[in-house]
Amino acid sequence: MRDTGRLKPLEGSSVFADGRSARPPVPGTVAREHLRGDAAFHTGKRDGQFLAEIPFPVTRADLERGRERFNIYCSPCHDRTGSGRGMIVQRGFKQPPSYHDQRLREAPVGYFFDVMTAGFGVMYSFASRIPAEDRWKIAAYLRVLQYSQHAPLSAVADPALLEGR
Amino acid sequence: MAQLFHPSTNPFSKVSIAGLLALVLTGLVLLFVYWRSPYLTGQSVVRAQPVPFGHKHHVEELGIDCRFCHSSVEDSAYAGIPPTETCMTCHSQIWADSPMLEPVRASYRTDQPLAWTRVHDLPDFVYFDHSVHVRKGIGCATCHGRVDQTNLTMKGASLQMIWCLDCHRGPEASLRPREEVFNMAYGGASEELRRQLREQHEVQSMTNCSTCHR
Ligand code: HEC
Ligand code: HEC
Ligand code: HEC
Ligand code: HEC
Ligand code: HEC
Ligand code: HEC
Repeated sequence: MRDTGRLKPLEGSSVFADGRSARPPVPGTVAREHLRGDAAFHTGKRDGQFLAEIPFPVTRADLERGRERFNIYCSPCHDRTGSGRGMIVQRGFKQPPSYHDQRLREAPVGYFFDVMTAGFGVMYSFASRIPAEDRWKIAAYLRVLQYSQHAPLSAVADPALLEGR
Repeated sequence: MAQLFHPSTNPFSKVSIAGLLALVLTGLVLLFVYWRSPYLTGQSVVRAQPVPFGHKHHVEELGIDCRFCHSSVEDSAYAGIPPTETCMTCHSQIWADSPMLEPVRASYRTDQPLAWTRVHDLPDFVYFDHSVHVRKGIGCATCHGRVDQTNLTMKGASLQMIWCLDCHRGPEASLRPREEVFNMAYGGASEELRRQLREQHEVQSMTNCSTCHR
């Protein structure tokens, strides 16, 4: 009665030799909502060139979503400021470069998307864990982080904040 | 006809009636204790796992968010158990030679999933959905207890129907702001805030049988 044979996700099954109830899709399967019609949106590249702009208008809510996702998935290694000294790095993982390095500040935003999608060196791909749209929002937030360390003083709206410097 | 029982035996019959009642009551109490005991519900019982994975280590000491590993908990009925690839994101380098983690590496090499033992397992005739609880503002810790402080995972609640219903009758008591859902140490919202949240998240009391048995 309690176990009627209905399979919950990830539940084992004796029907198949490998013991999995969830079957890998036949190669070439396109699941609903998984059609990658817009290649640039899903790879960060157009004609082999990294996109210089995020392929949709970015709102404040998108940036906040990006921050939340960044703090969940990236900050364990890259830390919350992006300097690359997260907790896992302190425990012995290879130290990633800081996002505030000249090279990464000049990199097109599509490059960050590509690193998350395909992985980079010892860093694994996050494509299966973070949907493409969220990866773009994280990329947008990386730009915010970079700006936060290199914003010119003239960008401060309220001069009173600069007093005492 | 001569009396079978002399009047002097009256106290005996009274005591035996009282004794019988007491026996029945004790039996009922024992039954009730047994029914709610961890022995029957499996609460706080540790199961054997292929790898001695510790939430205490990963969540409390390293500060990893639940969603790093249980990534579908916000959007689907199932929280999901992380695939081997998620472990290897870090353990390709961290403790990469530890014999304790050999099952993880073997699973990655051979593409055979790790067979974790389920700790929570509702009967198949019950429908449960994580995403709705997360969206309405019920914290993981409310149902799973302080997962971040246990080395080996165990059930934080009985998962009996009465446990679900206790909350469903008055869900307001357990509400918290959405951004605190994953905070294990959240202290609890004030009454005022909880009333506001109930309005904001449009929380109802769902006690219809077909909510959970569909
Ligand atoms: C397990 C630790 C870890 C996590 C989690 C992680 N990274 Fe990395 N990341 C690294 C390491 C290590 C490198 C350097 C890789 C190398 O040089 O082999 C790196 C490199 C990078 C680079 C720089 C590539 C270059 O050209 O130097 C970017 C950008 C980056 N990561 C973005 C991200 C984003 C965005 C996330 C979250 C979705 C993330 N990382 C999550 C460890 C991590
Ligand atoms: C580093 C990855 C990781 C993180 C982070 C993590 N978990 Fe887990 N969790 C696992 C693994 C692996 C299992 C399966 C093994 C077990 O039961 O201990 C699991 C099992 C569980 C279970 C029991 C599942 C069952 O079998 O019924 C619960 C409940 C749970 N986690 C809750 C949480 C909560 C709440 C958080 C955030 C505070 C969290 N987890 C963070 C990896 C993780
Ligand atoms: C974000 C990085 C990260 C992820 C993901 C991760 N771990 Fe770990 N894990 C660590 C670190 C760092 C340590 C060592 C902590 C220390 O040095 O004290 C560790 C320690 C361990 C240990 C030994 C210590 C203990 O008691 O827990 C086990 C076993 C383990 N991890 C299993 C797993 C499994 C299984 C998974 C996949 C579900 C996993 N880990 C995912 C970072 C991670
Ligand atoms: C309302 C109570 C409740 C809340 C809140 C809750 N869970 Fe669960 N959780 C359950 C129940 C009940 C099960 C068993 C489901 C089953 O057996 O089908 C479960 C199962 C799990 C599992 C095992 C895999 C699965 O999905 O069956 C994991 C992992 C898990 N929960 C993690 C979490 C995390 C992380 C959170 C916080 C976002 C959370 N839970 C919040 C009640 C809850
Ligand atoms: C700590 C409080 C709490 C506990 C414990 C709890 N729930 Fe809920 N549950 C809620 C709240 C709040 C809602 C949202 C009601 C609404 O939609 O307004 C909800 C909604 C639901 C729904 C409706 C989902 C839908 O899509 O209609 C189901 C099904 C459900 N719960 C099942 C369960 C089961 C089964 C258990 C026990 C294993 C359980 N719940 C335990 C608080 C709880
Ligand atoms: C909030 C969710 C919820 C609601 C509402 C609910 N149930 Fe249940 N029910 C459960 C859960 C969870 C179990 C499994 C308990 C267990 O594992 O022992 C269960 C088990 C049962 C069982 C099997 C008992 C057994 O011991 O096998 C029956 C019968 C049942 N429910 C009838 C009802 C009826 C009738 C109603 C409406 C008056 C109802 N339930 C409403 C969650 C619910």
